[in-house]
Amino acid sequence: MNTAVIVPLLLFLAVVFLVGFLSAKRISKKNDFLQEYFLGSREMGGLILAMTMVATYGSASSFVGGPGAAYTQGLGWVLLAMAQVVTGYFTLMILGKRFAIKSRQYKAITLVDYLKSRYESKAVVILSAASIVLFLFSAMAAQWIGGARLVETITGLSYTTALFIFAVTILIYVTIGGFRAVVVTDTIQGIIMFFGTLIILAGTIIAGGGLPAIMADLTAENPALVSPFGAEGELTPLYVSSFWILVGVGVVGLPQVAVRAMSYKNSVSMHRALIIGTFVVAFMMFGIHLTGVLARPILPGIDAPDTVMPLIVLEVLPAWLAGIVLAAPLAAIMSTVDSLLLLVSSTVVKDVYLNYIQPEADNRRIKKVTYSVTVLLGAAVFILALNPPDLLIWLNLFAFGGLEAAFIWPIVLGLYWEKGNKHGALASIISGVGSYVLIYQFTPDVLGVHSVTIPVILSLFCYIGVSLLTQKKIPAVV
Amino acid sequence: MNEQSPVKKRWSITAKEALIGTAIVILHFCLWFGFAYGLGSGPPEEYRYIAGMPAWFFFSCVIVPIFIIILVALAVRFFFTDISLEEEEEKK
Repeated sequence: MNTAVIVPLLLFLAVVFLVGFLSAKRISKKNDFLQEYFLGSREMGGLILAMTMVATYGSASSFVGGPGAAYTQGLGWVLLAMAQVVTGYFTLMILGKRFAIKSRQYKAITLVDYLKSRYESKAVVILSAASIVLFLFSAMAAQWIGGARLVETITGLSYTTALFIFAVTILIYVTIGGFRAVVVTDTIQGIIMFFGTLIILAGTIIAGGGLPAIMADLTAENPALVSPFGAEGELTPLYVSSFWILVGVGVVGLPQVAVRAMSYKNSVSMHRALIIGTFVVAFMMFGIHLTGVLARPILPGIDAPDTVMPLIVLEVLPAWLAGIVLAAPLAAIMSTVDSLLLLVSSTVVKDVYLNYIQPEADNRRIKKVTYSVTVLLGAAVFILALNPPDLLIWLNLFAFGGLEAAFIWPIVLGLYWEKGNKHGALASIISGVGSYVLIYQFTPDVLGVHSVTIPVILSLFCYIGVSLLTQKKIPAVV
Repeated sequence: MNEQSPVKKRWSITAKEALIGTAIVILHFCLWFGFAYGLGSGPPEEYRYIAGMPAWFFFSCVIVPIFIIILVALAVRFFFTDISLEEEEEKK
């Protein structure tokens, strides 16, 4: 074990705990427990909003998987990753103030609350709550596994111990601190990710002898590595462009992202977040993926791409700095997992328990149920992550794409198109998830585009078509 | 009728801002695509280099994002309106 690497990580965990306890104090002072616990009483300012959006979205896939893929594919993968810059401004702009206003008007605490008030349909509520719990629970488990593997690699602890430390940390601060703890830690984690990226990019460029030298090495090894087409030329313009849906505009449909767009304080917070968020996401995506490419001449022949990020950090930075920088991918994973945990918990408590099981529950009872559900969910993920079943791995594969295909149109068109109705929303959710699972399973990347592309288009047509066909029976609700 | 007009005004502001977002995305995509594949489609040996990076990469992954950040900042500064998000306001 490497003390110089571990001390900064421990410090980081201590800060995270502190935030959890401070937030817990705030919760006890607020009257509306659910609003505070799941939305932080809609008090987020610009910096926190921007950072929690970026950090929630930027997960293990961007900080561990991403640099690994860039290592294998070259600059073409950085180009692909840059589609994510869109998420910095598009989600907030398209959902916009109207989503914030509507959710206040509906007193919506979860995305399902919003859909419930907008479409007034039990089927929409049940179907969307079920897909959120199913998909995000699996996504969360996959991220926990990633987090534990990373702790294992960095510290040399066993997988089980690493998973335990990782799980207990998250469970404690999320359970006691709720949304406020999640977004404040997201902000700290986002800042760590930002500076971590800066340091590791600079360190890698220096270690490789400067950009021109590294580019020359890459060209000498395989000229395709500096082209936009990938190492083997398989990154076609059409395929890379289709990622603009999966990791760009489609992100609007992710519940963990959408819920943040209903919890900011005022217009000024939103304006600031647009600028900060775009800047931060652009810099992070550029830096972390470019690092993956530049690592190739410095550390040739890495077989497991997921280890590129920790290995390059340990290679090019002094130990004390490596510890700080390695907190970045860990922060990326934690900031995603904490949001998912809270979101799944809010769906179970607010959308299932309070809607259908015990609508009359009083504040004390709600509190008890909320804390228990969060802890139980965390414990369940922990147990599953110890020995992940195949079903979970399978579900995780299309968690994000499936949720995007399900929710993007019911949310966006629900806001801006008054003729959209519950039949359209149902058709959109079913066709989106259904076709995505089928395409992913049987003909992935059909027609040369990422599997999510066709389901998103199909669910658009279903939403519009079915809404128009059922116009006369259902009066429009806006 | 008079009571409703502030609501309607707020509604058209939010719709306008969503359209601006969509317009920026379309422009962003075109610039990103145009520079990457417009400058990067030739043989890699013949690439022009700027600041140590192939020109296609420098423009599509460095200049375009900087341009978009500036564009977002300008859009927010000049076209985004500071409105109340609370429902009470609209009843006034």
